[in-house]
Amino acid sequence: MKITLRIWRQANKDAQGKMQTYQLDNVSEEMSFLEMLDLLNEQLTDQDVEPVAFDHDCREGICGMCGVVINGAPHGRYNSPVATTTCQLHMRNFKDGDVIDIEPWRAGAFPVIKDLAVDRSAFDRIIQAGGYISVNTGSAPDAHSTPAPKREADKAFDAATCIGCGACVAACPNSSGMLFTSAKIAHLANLPQGQPERRLRVKAMVAAHDENGFGGCTNVGECAAVCPKSIPLESIGQLNRDLIASLFRGDGRTIS
Amino acid sequence: MPVATTSATPSLSVHQRALRSNVVKKAIMAVTGLVLITFLLFHMFGNLKMFVDAEAYNHYASWLHDDILYPILPHGWFIWIFRVVLLACLVGHVYCAASLWRAARHARSSKYVHAAHRPEQTYAARTMRVGGVILLLLVIFHLLMFTTRSVQIGFDSASTPYEMMIGAFSLENWWVVLIYAIFVGVVCMHVRHGFWSAFTTLGANVGPNARIALNCLAYFVAVLLFVGFMLPPVAIMFGMVN
Amino acid sequence: MTTTAPDPALSYYTLGEEIHDTKAPGGPIEKKWPTRQFEAKLVNPANRRKLTVIIVGTGLAGGAAAASLGEAGYHVINFCYQDSPRRAHSIAAQGGINAAKNYKNDNDSVQRLFYDTVKGGDYRARETNVYRLAEVSASIIDQCVAQGVPFAREYGGLLDTRSFGGVQVQRTFYARGQTGQQLLIGAYQALERQVNAGTVEMHTRHEMVELIVHDGRARGVVTRDMVTGAVEAWLADAVVLATGGYGNVFFLSTNAMGCNVTATWRAHRKGAYFGNPCFTQIHPTCIPVHGDTQSKLTLMSESLRNDGRIWVPKRAEDAEKDPRQIPEQDRDYYLERIYPAFGNLVPRDIASRQAKNMCDEGRGVGPEVTEVTQEGESRQRRRGVYLDFSDAIDRLGKKAVEAKYGNLFDMYEQITGENPYEVPMRIYPAVHYTMGGLWVDYDLSSSIPGLYVCGEANFSDHGANRLGASALMQGLADGYFVLPNTINDYLSGAPFEKLDERTPAVAEALSSATGRIDKLMGIKGNRSVDSFHKELGSIMWEYCGMERTEAGLQKAIELIRELRSEYWSNVKVTGAAEDFNQALEKAGRVADFMELAELMCIDALHRRESCGGHFRRESQTEDGEALRDDEHFAYVAAWEFTGDGQKPTLHKEPLEYHFIELKQRSYK
Repeated sequence: MKITLRIWRQANKDAQGKMQTYQLDNVSEEMSFLEMLDLLNEQLTDQDVEPVAFDHDCREGICGMCGVVINGAPHGRYNSPVATTTCQLHMRNFKDGDVIDIEPWRAGAFPVIKDLAVDRSAFDRIIQAGGYISVNTGSAPDAHSTPAPKREADKAFDAATCIGCGACVAACPNSSGMLFTSAKIAHLANLPQGQPERRLRVKAMVAAHDENGFGGCTNVGECAAVCPKSIPLESIGQLNRDLIASLFRGDGRTIS
Repeated sequence: MPVATTSATPSLSVHQRALRSNVVKKAIMAVTGLVLITFLLFHMFGNLKMFVDAEAYNHYASWLHDDILYPILPHGWFIWIFRVVLLACLVGHVYCAASLWRAARHARSSKYVHAAHRPEQTYAARTMRVGGVILLLLVIFHLLMFTTRSVQIGFDSASTPYEMMIGAFSLENWWVVLIYAIFVGVVCMHVRHGFWSAFTTLGANVGPNARIALNCLAYFVAVLLFVGFMLPPVAIMFGMVN
Repeated sequence: MTTTAPDPALSYYTLGEEIHDTKAPGGPIEKKWPTRQFEAKLVNPANRRKLTVIIVGTGLAGGAAAASLGEAGYHVINFCYQDSPRRAHSIAAQGGINAAKNYKNDNDSVQRLFYDTVKGGDYRARETNVYRLAEVSASIIDQCVAQGVPFAREYGGLLDTRSFGGVQVQRTFYARGQTGQQLLIGAYQALERQVNAGTVEMHTRHEMVELIVHDGRARGVVTRDMVTGAVEAWLADAVVLATGGYGNVFFLSTNAMGCNVTATWRAHRKGAYFGNPCFTQIHPTCIPVHGDTQSKLTLMSESLRNDGRIWVPKRAEDAEKDPRQIPEQDRDYYLERIYPAFGNLVPRDIASRQAKNMCDEGRGVGPEVTEVTQEGESRQRRRGVYLDFSDAIDRLGKKAVEAKYGNLFDMYEQITGENPYEVPMRIYPAVHYTMGGLWVDYDLSSSIPGLYVCGEANFSDHGANRLGASALMQGLADGYFVLPNTINDYLSGAPFEKLDERTPAVAEALSSATGRIDKLMGIKGNRSVDSFHKELGSIMWEYCGMERTEAGLQKAIELIRELRSEYWSNVKVTGAAEDFNQALEKAGRVADFMELAELMCIDALHRRESCGGHFRRESQTEDGEALRDDEHFAYVAAWEFTGDGQKPTLHKEPLEYHFIELKQRSYK
């Protein structure tokens, strides 16, 4: 296949970026999207042009490191028949002669580092605010001391599959990180172990979400539609319920 | 459990920071929006009184103005309390909307070169903010016309409410009907996304079935409002009521 | 084969003194760990915050260790090369985690997990370490559940378990096909809690490029900031490496693209012994290579072998046929034929080697590729075998198969474009895990005082072959329970002399790191880093892969040396050193892989026996099984670096089995 690529090139965080066009021959259908970019980078290296920077690691759709916007959709969601990460998108979904536009996640909370790589540390800061259960190593009771109802445990699992890639933010017209934040809320709120800190957790994470520069949710659902792990939109409902309920009850903590 | 290390306002407690969050603003928008939708439903129902006869309609209008909750409240008090509540809802709604809009503009730092492909976003959802502004302008026009009677088209200061309606929506003022239709259309689109979004913000979206149910209900309320509000002017324009 | 024949490996190394683990106390095996915990010196809680521990890596071992040491009150500085600690490659583990809970009432016990692990590792692991691993395994599950890891549950709300290859009990806890992800997120959350508490200082997108050794102690690391290119020294009282395995030396593996040996190799060059580098695990069920632009291989969970049947056509002529058209009598279910007792669930090394044998015979399936044998002959072969679910679908129904393996089937279809419900999957072995790693003692201390090594980065627990679902167990055992109870013994002697950038050891480490970067940037040759890496990988796969020979390994060493010298004169690294530069990152890693590759071949050459994943063609039984030589090779090979271009020194740590009897493994 012959493919025309238009790729966002930006030297660093503060530089002005622009789309650059490249021609790529010898693309095979079996290649993954990132292998196609590898091929481009080999070609650019040969031509003494600096390769395109893009984040990637496991290349099996689980680490959440990769992610670019392909033809206006995170992870090329609408070029793929199923929910996917960029690394699991394959070139058989494209045709000979296609023009493919590749851009980084665009959001104020995710500044571009270089070309297609962005800084997603804001996600870590949201987790730091309260996305955990406070249990020190060695202090855990026997695993069977608290049975967890299967239905809730399954719900918790569905939310816990979030890979933190940031596609939800990239797709959202408001650059909101609500799907990501609510996935952690829903994961921990559906387990018995998550109950003691439930109220303070949702308050702290929601506050951290806003303070890190993400926008508000307007319930349009673009996030869930592009999510490679199909985190359900209901998670946001859970977050909203938990937050509103928590505001009417003390969190048992007197100092911040 | 300690709080975020990145707090922009470290002097506030977690509770206070959460109170200032976008989710709370959205909850305020949801509650105020639902109050306004409830008002619209009653308003629409009242308008349909005109199909009974002129007297019934005029009586309804004067009851609204003077008699509700009488004698608990003196004559004419309720309408002012009601107006203050509605105005407060509107101000709260608009203030939160503006604040969230600002947050979103700040959050979405730059646009995609290749237009973002967003198939989930309905036209109604995409136009909430622009639609909201248009709506605000049309509401002002609507109030100037029918509440303060500052703009008189097809009626004068002495007209009864019924005459006012017949005059404004007569065939020769077809353009008033057209503007009104646009107004109601924008209202209904706003309600279409707003209704679903309000319930979701308040946590009612508990699963895929709830999502379907809330969306269906939102369409139902929006269509009901459109039909209910458009019936009187259309009937008047085509001379079915006079 | 006879071990009395002259050993050509001797020209590649020198023999040093024997070494021994001095930390495991005497006494009965079940008393060793409690005794060690009691005897280890402690650090007063008030003094801990004055002590700094550097941890490199944020996977199960590193993340768990950083969180636990942070909780204990130490000042922890944690590094990872990814953009977030949550992305470490532990996240990709699919199947599950073993623990001797005996929740299934099926005679499981610490003793049995210990035995299975030693036997599975083909008797090349240290008994004391493995016993402790089995001992703490149950606490891991407790810890993870308390953290909110959503393990699979039965309807009654209690934890579900399943069985895995090489064992006869159900002790594997799992979270659908994403156990590694869920465990890592648990550790990541615990880590972020400590970041918030201020005990852990997290530095993402930082790669360790040098170890600082002062006065015989590991005292810090040099990192390169992958965003700005800044090279910085970080000082501490102890250094912990939890940097994973080195499977990417083969270029194609199931490892993440960024997995590398640099941290451990730099430590090796500074004096840490490298244990059993040639022990690599080739996983039998991976999606086959599709072409020469392939960048990585994808694993299909071992759990698929519970219901899938592996076969090849009986006749080579049938290889091109649609598999559905090949009648039952023309199929060879070779694992069921050769190993009737374990069938498709034999350990990984055996399943992999047999797949290779079938394809070598010309009965492989899939596209035909031209390959050159170790003897230099060119031939046409197909590299793939069928993993067939049609029996399971007939027996259980498509729905049930979908419920069990749906996500794996979807993944397969996404990658290959073939529907495994209709057509049998094609699979082939691929490099997956490295049992070898830095040599450590019972305390997980390397041969450099103050340098500790956890998880896959050390050599300790899996011998010559790792059993399924044991990697997660070991990573978390090391990070949560072992290291936090042993490192205090060393830190009780701290704080050590204060260092700064002018200290010769620090200055030397900094200048060696920058010097290497400058050298790589300055070559300005004609070949990309990836082209070298691919060539290195194909040498390693051919000569140091599933089957190794004396002549082949010698040839490989020559090829590696030639490639390495070309590398340092002809590699092309674009961009600038002080910038986000992925070509430079790769260049540094590949340079270290080139050195490691040679040591792996020397280790494989010197070990003139077959054991676990290390199969020497010269050492096999009459029916082609791995033949161990306990008399000569029941030891850990701990290699010491002696200088560039110098022969490495081999230190043998004899393996003594007091509690388990040495036996030839049999799964027939």
